[in-house]
Amino acid sequence: MAVTLMQGNEAVGWGALAAGCRFYAGYPITPSSEIAEMLSRELPKYGGKFIQMEDEIASLAACIGASVGGVKSMTATSGPGFSLMQEHIGYAAMTEVPCVIVSVQRLGPSTGQPTSPSQGDVMQARWGTHGDHPIIVLYPNSVPKAFGLTVTAFNLAEKYRTPVILLMDEVIAHMRERFEMPPFESLTVIDRMGTNVPPEWYKPYGDTIGDVPPMPSFGSGYRYHITGLFHDVMGYPTQRLDEINPLVERMQRKINNHLEDILLFEEEETDDANTVIIAYGVTSRSARHAMRLARNHRHNIGLLTLYTIWPFPEEAVMRIGRSARRVIVPEMNLGQLALEVERAVGKHKVVRVNRADGEMISPQMILQAIEGR
Amino acid sequence: MDKDERSAYSYLRTTKKFPNIWCSGCGIGIVMGALIRAIDRMGLDKNKIALVSGIGCSGRMPVYMDFNTMHTTHGRALAFATGLKLAKPELKVVVIMGDGDALAIGGNHFIHAARRNIDLTAIVINNQIYGMTGGQYSPTTPLEMRATTAPYGHVEPPFPICELAIAAGATYVARSTVYHAVELDKFIEHAIQKVGFSLVEAVSYCHTTFGRLNKIGSAVEMMHQLKEMSISLSAAEKLTPEERSLKIIRGVLHNIDKPDYSSLYDKVIERAKASVTGKEYMRAGPGGLE
Ligand SMILES: Cc1ncc(C[n+]2csc(CCOP(=O)(O)OP(=O)(O)O)c2C)c(N)n1
Ligand code: SF4
Repeated sequence: MAVTLMQGNEAVGWGALAAGCRFYAGYPITPSSEIAEMLSRELPKYGGKFIQMEDEIASLAACIGASVGGVKSMTATSGPGFSLMQEHIGYAAMTEVPCVIVSVQRLGPSTGQPTSPSQGDVMQARWGTHGDHPIIVLYPNSVPKAFGLTVTAFNLAEKYRTPVILLMDEVIAHMRERFEMPPFESLTVIDRMGTNVPPEWYKPYGDTIGDVPPMPSFGSGYRYHITGLFHDVMGYPTQRLDEINPLVERMQRKINNHLEDILLFEEEETDDANTVIIAYGVTSRSARHAMRLARNHRHNIGLLTLYTIWPFPEEAVMRIGRSARRVIVPEMNLGQLALEVERAVGKHKVVRVNRADGEMISPQMILQAIEGR
Repeated sequence: MDKDERSAYSYLRTTKKFPNIWCSGCGIGIVMGALIRAIDRMGLDKNKIALVSGIGCSGRMPVYMDFNTMHTTHGRALAFATGLKLAKPELKVVVIMGDGDALAIGGNHFIHAARRNIDLTAIVINNQIYGMTGGQYSPTTPLEMRATTAPYGHVEPPFPICELAIAAGATYVARSTVYHAVELDKFIEHAIQKVGFSLVEAVSYCHTTFGRLNKIGSAVEMMHQLKEMSISLSAAEKLTPEERSLKIIRGVLHNIDKPDYSSLYDKVIERAKASVTGKEYMRAGPGGLE
């Protein structure tokens, strides 16, 4: 495939197509709209369907409905729409329906600053919907990663029957970068597990073959019930503690027992580092630049770039905490993932670098923290 | 047990623990019976039917029936059903909602589903109150009536559900009551057969909240009231507009033909595929661009 200059939002659209996404429902919002525009053009070529719904609540609902019908689905939005989607993120988690939600962050609460970058929705992506629930949140830091992690988002959604959130920076979404798109057939694409047991044996929320139950689509001959209420293994509402507890536990287990597969991160020059920068998204690129500049001045600096931010890669961060004297956490917010880092390595080791005014964190800001200025 | 009743049983879930959650005497069960009889009459394959519902007493209906069933969130059932229908066009998708569900929190989805003319069958069980949450007023609670949130009498006018659906673009719209169960069977059958957005308003009652708060009485008395207040479309034509406004008008209020969303979107797919270039074929790989 030829090398092209591609925008992050466009790369997400191609990643979705490559992963087998054939349904998109969304509501326009800056800085995510190019994803919708691109898929309205491309999806029908692949026999897929695009629909612009009346709001973001309906958009995610339609995606979940399509996924129940056996079609991989995605929606994309930004802060205000992401807030509206929260109820259905919980519904997808509770009913274990695979789907991908892209949120290209903008600055601030409310309408904020639609075209300015921010990393302010890190905690919302984890805890925005009510109740305890497992969730996976991926975070690209380049255009090629936006493509690759979109494919991964679909794969994890299908494999673990869970909503997966792809959280993006406006800078990545709108930046054009060099990208050589791989041929689609060269990619690993995972589809949800089906079943061939006789329909009367099928338990839509059972654990007979592991923590992720198989999911035949509606209309395939397996007639079952889906509800956002607590349910038993048949999917029927229950108030029995001996049915609620196993569900709560299985939903946690299906993610927590597969962290090796789910947690994606990259360590650079951490072996000899007494200071490690932990960063994600576009901020990790400022961090890498700062690391290089600091190494030129003989500072032993390392970098941990997180591509999975939820579940939080606690083990990896704790390991860094044991070997490094200091951990720097630059974020385009007032300190969100830093809370998790502090929990893992101890508050006294963490230096936060923050700004939440719509400007990026520069390598110089991180350098200043490295030099203790 | 007569034949009708026997066949109804074969549509109930034997694995589900009965009894149901409804108050005894509630009209919702009658709508469930009507839906089963309509489906049975058409001889449809159970595998090809999906029931999608919202939240409320009405929303609890699908779980008891042996189809592909989905109990969604309050007000959003039509949006879920839209995605399901587009993903699996061969499914007959029936959406069951309460009046609060369909017209308050779900009002926007309701008008847009009708406008898009997506091939769904919506059944709104209109008991004029929020049953599940204990009798608060709904968008169809009539003026002056009492609700737990209207202790001095209600001051908002009600939504006319059918007229709203017609104005928004539905292709089939009918209204009946749970007293007229046989008529309800027939309308639901028509609605499922109709290609496009169809609506059946099933006027019901909630004796537990509305009946008690407004001192109307038991389920039996509320049934009687439904019978007395309702009138067929043809009989209603002889009344003055004033007289009509006091009645529940039963009948097929609207039945037109126009292309549904999916048939129009199929054309989009055709046009898009015709525009595919050789380079795009290469990128998608074998089988990528079906
Ligand atoms: C987002 C949200 N808001 C509020 C509720 C609480 N709630 C549950 S059912 C209901 C209203 C039920 O009334 P209706 O839709 O008319 O159905 P009925 O119970 O009368 O059949 C409400 C407000 C909810 N479940 N979700
Ligand atoms: S509360 Fe009202 S609507 Fe709900 S089951 Fe009881 S009678 Fe029916």
